[in-house]
Amino acid sequence: MSATHADTIIMPTRKSPVPVISFAGLVLALVILPTFVYPVFLMKLLCFVLFAAAFNLLLGYTGLLSFGHAAFFGGAAYVTAHALKVWQITPELAILAGVVTAIVLGVIIGVLAIRRQGIYFAMITLAMAQMFYFFCLQAPFTNGEDGIQGFSRGNLFGIIDLNETMNLYYFIAALVVLSLILIWRIVYSPFGQILRAIRENEQRTISLGYSVQRFKLGAFVMSAGLSGLAGALKALLFQFATLADVAWQMSGEVILMTLIGGIGTMAGPIVGAGVLVGMQNFLATSGLPVTMVLGGTFMICVLLFRRGIVGEILHLLERRKG
Amino acid sequence: MTATDTLTASAKTARGGGAAPQLKVRNLEAWYGESHALHGVDLDIYPGETVTLLGRNGVGKTTTLRAIMGIIRKRKGEVEFEQKSIMRLPLHRIARAGIGFVPEERGIFASLTVEENLTLPPVVAGDGMSLEQIYELFPNLLERRSSPGTKLSGGEQQMLAIARILRTGVRLILLDEPTEGLAPVIVQRIGEVLKVLKTHGVSVLLVEQNFRFASRIADHFYVMDHGQVIDSFPVSELPSRTEALNTALGV
Amino acid sequence: MTTIFGVALPVLMGQLLIGLINGSFYALLSLGLAVIFGLLRIVNFAHGAFYMVGAFVAWMLLSYAGVGYWGALFLAPLAVGVLGMVIERTMLRALYGLDHLYGLLFTFGLALLLEGGFRHFYGTSGLPYAAPEALRGATNLGFMVLPNYRGWVVVASLVLCFGTWAIIEKTKVGAYLRAATENSTLVQAFGVNVPLLLTLTYGFGCALAGIAGVLAAPLFQVSPLMGSNIIIVVFAVVVIGGMGSILGAIVTGYMLGIVEGLCKVFYPEAANIVVFVIMAIVLLLRPAGLFGKDS
Repeated sequence: MSATHADTIIMPTRKSPVPVISFAGLVLALVILPTFVYPVFLMKLLCFVLFAAAFNLLLGYTGLLSFGHAAFFGGAAYVTAHALKVWQITPELAILAGVVTAIVLGVIIGVLAIRRQGIYFAMITLAMAQMFYFFCLQAPFTNGEDGIQGFSRGNLFGIIDLNETMNLYYFIAALVVLSLILIWRIVYSPFGQILRAIRENEQRTISLGYSVQRFKLGAFVMSAGLSGLAGALKALLFQFATLADVAWQMSGEVILMTLIGGIGTMAGPIVGAGVLVGMQNFLATSGLPVTMVLGGTFMICVLLFRRGIVGEILHLLERRKG
Repeated sequence: MTATDTLTASAKTARGGGAAPQLKVRNLEAWYGESHALHGVDLDIYPGETVTLLGRNGVGKTTTLRAIMGIIRKRKGEVEFEQKSIMRLPLHRIARAGIGFVPEERGIFASLTVEENLTLPPVVAGDGMSLEQIYELFPNLLERRSSPGTKLSGGEQQMLAIARILRTGVRLILLDEPTEGLAPVIVQRIGEVLKVLKTHGVSVLLVEQNFRFASRIADHFYVMDHGQVIDSFPVSELPSRTEALNTALGV
Repeated sequence: MTTIFGVALPVLMGQLLIGLINGSFYALLSLGLAVIFGLLRIVNFAHGAFYMVGAFVAWMLLSYAGVGYWGALFLAPLAVGVLGMVIERTMLRALYGLDHLYGLLFTFGLALLLEGGFRHFYGTSGLPYAAPEALRGATNLGFMVLPNYRGWVVVASLVLCFGTWAIIEKTKVGAYLRAATENSTLVQAFGVNVPLLLTLTYGFGCALAGIAGVLAAPLFQVSPLMGSNIIIVVFAVVVIGGMGSILGAIVTGYMLGIVEGLCKVFYPEAANIVVFVIMAIVLLLRPAGLFGKDS
C-alpha cells in the first residue's frame, strides 16, 4: 500500500525533538486523563491503541494487509484468561503466556501466508484465522459461546493488587507506552528501513539482495506478538475472553482503526483506535446498527479518505511547506 | 516556428493537393506521470498519405502515437481528425471516429484464437476488408485460425495485428515499429501490405527506425527529437537527407 | 447392507451428495469471484453478502409479493445484478487505479454494510423458505434416496457454471472479456466500450452470487449471516484453485465440497476446517495454487 510522504517529515531522525516531545506529551496525558475520563474506558482504549499500532507495523510500514489479526488478539486473550482462571498464575506470567501463544500462532500463520502476496496473502490470513476461530469454538477450554470469565486479576509480581483500578491503569498504560516506543524503535531501525523498502518496492529490495521473506515473517511475528499483548491486557482488564475476540469482525475492526487513523503514521493508530472505540461506545446506546455504520465508514474511508485523519493532517502540513 | 512552417511553399501546396489535412496535430504535449514527454508536437497527415515519424530511441515517437490515440490521457494541445477535435473523446470512441492503432508490442491476446483476435476490433465503417479478403491476403492466418494467438511467430503476429485493423474500416492507422525484430522476408511482406493499404486510400502514421523500409512506402517524413518535431520533408528529398539523417539517428 | 470403509453406502452417498451440494455453492461463488477479479482486479469481499441478498430477495418476493421460487430464480439475480452495477458505476470505479488491497477493503465494508443492514431488520436467526412444489419429495435411485430439490441444485449449478464458462470461452462478449482481462487499454483503443463491460461483468458476477442465494434458500435458512459464513471458505477455495482460471475455480469448488462431505463421514470434527487445512497443505507444496495461472 502506498505510504504518505508524511512519515519522513515529522519523524525523520533520532535527533528530531518531535518524537520525544510526543511521547512525553502522551505520558503526561495518560497521567492526567483519569481525572476526567473513566479509567476503564481509557484502559480499553489503550488496549486497542496497542492492537492498532501493532497492526500498523505490518500494514503501514511493511505493506502487508492481514485479515486475521483477531487470531493473535483473541488467542492471547483466551490463554491469558485461562492462565489466570485455571492455572492461577500471577498476571505478568499469564500475559507472557498469552503473548507467547500469539507469537507461535504468528509463526504458523505467517509462514503459510507469506508464500503468496497481496490479496492472496490477505485471504490466507483470513482463512487461517477462521480456522483458529473454529478451533476455539470447539475446544473445551474456551467454553464455546460463554467464553472464559469469572476470574480474578491477581497480584502483579505477587504484590500489586490489579483489582485496584488505578494499579491496573498504570500497569496497562506503562506497558502500552513501552510497546509504542518499541514499535517506534523498530520502525526507525535498519530492520524497519528494510520493511519500508519492501512496502515501497518489493522487487527492488529483493534485487538488492535482501532476504525479503525473512523480513516479512519477522514483521508479521512482531505484529502478532504485540497484538497478542493487546489481547492479553484486554482479557486482564475485562476479565473476559470470548469468541468475539477471535472473530473475523475483530480483524476488520483493527483494519478500520488503522485506516481511519492513518496507515503508515505513528500517531494514526492512536487516533483511529480512539475514534473507533468512541464510535462503538456511542453507537451501543444509540440503537443504530453498529455493523452497518462500521461498514459504511469503511467504504467512505476507502473512497474519500484513504490517508486517514493523521495522514490528511500531515499531507496538509506538507502542502503548506512546499 | 513550427516544423510545418519551415516547409517550402511548393512542398506545402504539393501535399494533399490543397485539401485540408485529415489529421492535424498542433502543440501536442504529453506527460507520463510527472515526466514531460512531449513538448509541443506539430504534424499533418493528408488523406491517403503514408507519413513516417523518425527519431532515436526515447525521443517521443511512440508517445506521440499514444497521445494522438488518447491512450495517454495527460495531454494538452490540439488533435483534429477530419476537421473534428478528438481531444475530448473517451478512448473507446476514437476507433469509431476512424483511427486504428497497432502497438509496438503488437498486443495479440493469448487467451484468444487467431480468428478471435482477428475479429475482435469492431467494424467502425463500411469500407474495411471482409474476413475472406483478409484471409486471401494472409493465407497463413487462415491456416492457423484456431490456434491461440500467441502461438504464432513474431512476424505472423505482426501480420495479425495489422490484419485485424484492416477489417475495421478505419481511415487512419497508427503503426508503431512494425518491422522491429523481424526477418527481412517478413519486412518485405509488411511493406507489401502497407502498399495495399495505400491503394485502399487508408492513411498511415508510421513510427519506424528503419527508414530504408519507410522510404519505399512513405510520402512524407517527420523527424523528432526531445519530444518535438524538428524536421519535415517529402520522400523526394530523402536521398539528399540520408547522410544527415544517419547522423541524427545515430545509425 | 453394503459398507465402504465401515460406513453404510446410503450414508456415504448421502454425505457425498451434501458435499456435492456444498461444492456447487463453492463452485458458483468462486466462479463469480474469479470472473470479477479477472477483469476488474477487485476481490469482491461482498460476494457472500450478495449471495445472502439473493436469498433474502427470494424470501421477500414470496412474503411480500407472493412471487414464488421460479419467479425468484429470475428476479433475484436481476435485482442483485442491478445493485452490483450501480455500486460499480458509482463507487468501485474510483478504485481501479489503486493498490488492489483497497478494492478488498471497500468490498469488505460493503459486506459489513449489507450484512449489518439485514441483521438490523431481520435478526440473526434464519427465516424458512420452502422448496417449490415441483421439487419436493425424493426419488429412489436404488443405492440411495435422492431428495429432488438437492438433485435440482446440483444440476442447476452445473448448468450455470458451464453456461458461464461457455459464454466466456465461446462467445464474442466472452472474447471481449478475455481480451480486456489481458490488456484493457488496447481493447478500448479498438473501440470496445470497456467501462461498460466492467459494469456488466461486476453485475453478472453479483447476479451469479444472487442466484446461488436463491438456490440456497430452501436448503439452508435465509439468514443475514449466511454470506460471511461462506465467503471465507470460498476465499480458501480460490487460494487453492487460483482466480486465473474459470475452469479451475469451478473444478476446485466441486472438489473441495466433496472432500468436505467425505470428511463429515469419516472425521466429522474436522469438517469445518478441512478446506483450510487443504489450503495450508497446498500453500506448502504448491504455493501458486493448483491451477496457478495468475500472479
